[in-house]
Amino acid sequence: MTNIPETGRSSRVTIRLVVIQILVVSLLLTLGGRLWYMQIRNGDEYQKEAKGNHVQQVVQPATRGAILDARGVPIADNETRLVVSASRTELMKQDDDGKAVLERLAKVLDMSPKTVKEKVRLCDADTSQPCWNGSPYQPIPVTDDAKPQQALQIRERSEDFPGITAEPEAVRRYPAPYGADTSQALGYLSPVTDEEIEKAKDTDSPFLPSDEIGRNGLERAYDSELRGSSGVTRYEVDNLGRVMGEAESDKARPGSNLVTSIDSRVQAVAEKQLDQAMKNARKEFDKNTGRNYKADAGAVVVMENKTGRVVSMASNPEYDPNAWVGGISGKEYAKLTGKKSNYPLLNRAIQGLAAPGSIFKVISTTAAVKAGYPFNGKYNCSSDFEVGGQVFKNYESKGYGNIDLGRALEVSCDTVFYRLAYKEWKKDGGNLPKKGAKDWFYKTAHQFGLGKKTGIDIPNEVKGRVPDREWKKNYWEANKDAWCKQADNAKGTPSYAEKIAKENCVSGMKMRAGDSVNYSIGQGDTLVTPIQMATIYAALGNGGTMYDPTLGKAVVSADGKSVKEIKPNPHGKLPLGDKTLRQMDKALQGVATRGSAAWRFGEAGWPQDKIKLRAKTGTAEVAGKQTTSWLATYTDDFTIVMTISQGGTGSGASGPAVRNIYDAMYGVGKDGSIDKSKALLPKPETDLPKIDKDGTIVAERDKRPADKKSASPSASPTDRSPTASPPGETPRARGEAAVARNEGEQQQRRRDGARQVSDARALAGGERP
Amino acid sequence: MSARTFALGGYGPRRRSAWDRLTARDSIVWRMDWMILLSGVALAVIGSLLVYSATRNRTELNQGDPQYFLVRHVISLGIGIALMIGTVWLGHRRLRSVVPVLYGITVLLAVCVLTPLGATINGSRAWLNLGGGFTVQPAEFIKITVILGMAMLLAAKVDAGDREHPDHRTVLHALAMAALPIAIILMMPDLGSVMVLVIIVLAVLLASGASNRWIIGLCLAGAGGAVLVWTLGLLDEYQINRFAAFANPALDPAGVGYNTNQARIAIGSGGLTGKGLFEGTQTTGQFVPEQQTDFVFTVAGEELGFVGGGLILVLLGILIWRACRIARESTELYSTIVAAGVIAWFAFQAFENIGMTLGIMPVAGLPLPFVSYGGTSMFAVWIAVGLLQSIRTQRPIAA
Repeated sequence: MTNIPETGRSSRVTIRLVVIQILVVSLLLTLGGRLWYMQIRNGDEYQKEAKGNHVQQVVQPATRGAILDARGVPIADNETRLVVSASRTELMKQDDDGKAVLERLAKVLDMSPKTVKEKVRLCDADTSQPCWNGSPYQPIPVTDDAKPQQALQIRERSEDFPGITAEPEAVRRYPAPYGADTSQALGYLSPVTDEEIEKAKDTDSPFLPSDEIGRNGLERAYDSELRGSSGVTRYEVDNLGRVMGEAESDKARPGSNLVTSIDSRVQAVAEKQLDQAMKNARKEFDKNTGRNYKADAGAVVVMENKTGRVVSMASNPEYDPNAWVGGISGKEYAKLTGKKSNYPLLNRAIQGLAAPGSIFKVISTTAAVKAGYPFNGKYNCSSDFEVGGQVFKNYESKGYGNIDLGRALEVSCDTVFYRLAYKEWKKDGGNLPKKGAKDWFYKTAHQFGLGKKTGIDIPNEVKGRVPDREWKKNYWEANKDAWCKQADNAKGTPSYAEKIAKENCVSGMKMRAGDSVNYSIGQGDTLVTPIQMATIYAALGNGGTMYDPTLGKAVVSADGKSVKEIKPNPHGKLPLGDKTLRQMDKALQGVATRGSAAWRFGEAGWPQDKIKLRAKTGTAEVAGKQTTSWLATYTDDFTIVMTISQGGTGSGASGPAVRNIYDAMYGVGKDGSIDKSKALLPKPETDLPKIDKDGTIVAERDKRPADKKSASPSASPTDRSPTASPPGETPRARGEAAVARNEGEQQQRRRDGARQVSDARALAGGERP
Repeated sequence: MSARTFALGGYGPRRRSAWDRLTARDSIVWRMDWMILLSGVALAVIGSLLVYSATRNRTELNQGDPQYFLVRHVISLGIGIALMIGTVWLGHRRLRSVVPVLYGITVLLAVCVLTPLGATINGSRAWLNLGGGFTVQPAEFIKITVILGMAMLLAAKVDAGDREHPDHRTVLHALAMAALPIAIILMMPDLGSVMVLVIIVLAVLLASGASNRWIIGLCLAGAGGAVLVWTLGLLDEYQINRFAAFANPALDPAGVGYNTNQARIAIGSGGLTGKGLFEGTQTTGQFVPEQQTDFVFTVAGEELGFVGGGLILVLLGILIWRACRIARESTELYSTIVAAGVIAWFAFQAFENIGMTLGIMPVAGLPLPFVSYGGTSMFAVWIAVGLLQSIRTQRPIAA
């Protein structure tokens, strides 16, 4: 401002010019400040955003590991199907946006051009199905059912089909070897939810919208091992999604294979026998209710005594696990979960709850011995026993005089246990319980693992309950209001239900004599699962150790290099000494030879001298329903526990089925002879199946010629079946091996879902009189 | 020796060689404001690089020729500098007598835009189709003629020595003169140009020494008008969204919000020194729309970083600062007003353009002076520089 000439201009203008100058400079300073704030202060944040902007991830799914039975036979694996896919990014690069290519493709695939175009278009607000809902950078499947001939045409004329690929891809399959569905134990897969995709987005193993994860059973329990990790290729893209260059890629790591302790042949027999037993029960007339048994649900568990490994686990009603493959339809889902379905998804072996009935008596016997009653003492087995004006009767009101506890187990004498339980109840104070009551019968049940989970390696196990004083009190507190209200509202002569309500309202918190007496023979409010009882009886068979039941036996990496064995894990000891154990064991042998189960075993040609069988029958009463059939048995190596809800008596309904399973496992003929060549599993399978150098787990060849047809020859999930490759692509290097597998695959296909009854199953299906 | 002699070149009393005349102590070349010229040229060179970087990959725009935009940009720049020289040669004083004609022509051109001759780009019918792929944006020239026109009216009596400040009647005339083209441009609608014109009118009135009442009244009228426009729903929804989305990109995530967001990511990710020329992922990935024109600053921000962006601001600052000096040092009100109008135009348009890319101003379709691609804008800006140089060279040399 030093050399302003004399202009005669007003000072107003000069001042205003200065104002303008200040304003203008401050505008520029504002910009500079903002620029600094964005680029220097928050630059990192924007850099991250810029990266996310131009990098697109394409996920290559990892092949899910197979689930194999103890001999390496796949019970869940992957089927290779020929999938023809179109890459949108490639198509969009073409002048006509790939129109001509899609039309040619439609011709080759025998589809209408419209269908093909609809499948490849992207879903948005205005576009409804059919359309592609996934990432536009992911190849979009046009068909997963292409014929090799079609795939060959596409591959050979690749210049005519830019952006189109025809590749074999893995699809989950439950082959049901020998006809064994193993449905509930296997579980199922279903598509990931949006939340799960969001959660896994920034992890090393992000999900594809088309991904599926295990939802139940083994598929869920071992999901992380089976799933592997998907590969990710990161592309740099521009705003229109055109790929500008490949940034980096992580290869997909296929999931590990899971070897289970399931023996599919035994599983098939168990499933079949359970089903047959229930069908037979439905033909039986129930005198108590005046109609045939409903036999609405059942379960059977076959377990190795010395490891807790589950050889077979069947739950009825069952379902075809393949129903879930490729997404389940609403109709099918309703069939599996609707009110009318009887809930086949429930695994009754670990989720089915019932009073145990007389198979509980091994616990009562132990409790009695611990309470100081000698095993060999004499106890009155009268035909009935009266407590508080209520008469408790023996089964069919039979009396056996003075007998020891062993005999009481053999003939399942209720009155012996009634008396002991009553005495203990009185000792503990009766209606006015003492402080520090011994509660032997309840304490022992807890020590046997009732009222808590066994820790089996599949999800959703329930814990059941022991109706001890604590439970009674809690239960009363939860329900007293309703009971008292019901009792108060009673008018005129109270009904039976109202009387009960009144009694419960007043003294429902108390352990009454009747409760204790009833409890001692496994009736009343006690609830157990088949897997709990199997764990207990297996412990009786192994000298007293309770193991966590397991289905998983080993996790084998896809290349076969890492084999992680799942070791048996003991979680407790039965609370009884060796002597009592031996005495009890003998008594249970007696059950099979001359007691309540003798007509199914000892007296029906069971070779007891060669295969020592112990058994305990149970028939549990359920208010308002028909009786629950229980049969708990064990040999030196195996335990089998079966239950049928509303099925009748233990030996009556479950007896033949359990016997047939043993017959099949040990190769016992109708006349009691043992044919070792026919025995499916006379000894527990201790070895893991053979693992080839390439990681393929080799299914054990069945010695019996009849099984050749249905045994799957290969268990490798990574095995790309040659049928799925175009003929020209048949890998010559693999030579004969490939051809052999090819045949196996085709045989498997020929069975075609309809599941020819395999020989094993047919054999097992033979009815016993 | 009067300034007029030099403005007319060859008509001086002494005949000197051309070289002598250009190099003489009192020549145009000597008296020109070289800082302004060099800053402008530097900005134009940076602009050419940025335009090239933004367009060399845009095959859908550049017809397969990576240099398509660069070549046209440089040609425009050449024409622009030629126009500047022409303006200096003519001189702002000589132009003063033809201002009504120029004003008439530009208003007529603007009216033509509203006829079928006009072309609509980005929702604004602001372009005049000349055929052969050439379009002009009359609003850019109107900025000049409004400045010149208002300056002529407002300064007439003051420069004649009749009054110290323009009287109310004169101010009213000047406002009416500006109102006509503003109304036409509002109908296109080219909101960005209207904003710039309103700021120009304000600055011109300020510099003219018009009564404070006019300034305050105009501000109040502007605010009231904005409220009225908003409440009466005179604006299209896209315009409202454009205005609101700069603050909250989520308002219009696919439209303006997308632009704003991508622009911010581009600039923010540049950091101190940028990703390097032609290396910006936002730029090569073409995530920012209109990047060679309205969003050209994002290229600088991303590829040249704070250093490059700051350099552009500094160059603009030097240019405007020197322009302010020209305004202050001018001996006649007419020149002062013209310079002030140009200052307001450059400053506000730069602030609005860069501000919108930085997310502190609403998005409006305005090029960055000297830098953005766009012929008409380039011509207008360099003509304005010519006016500044003319004012500078034609004032008496200070002792």
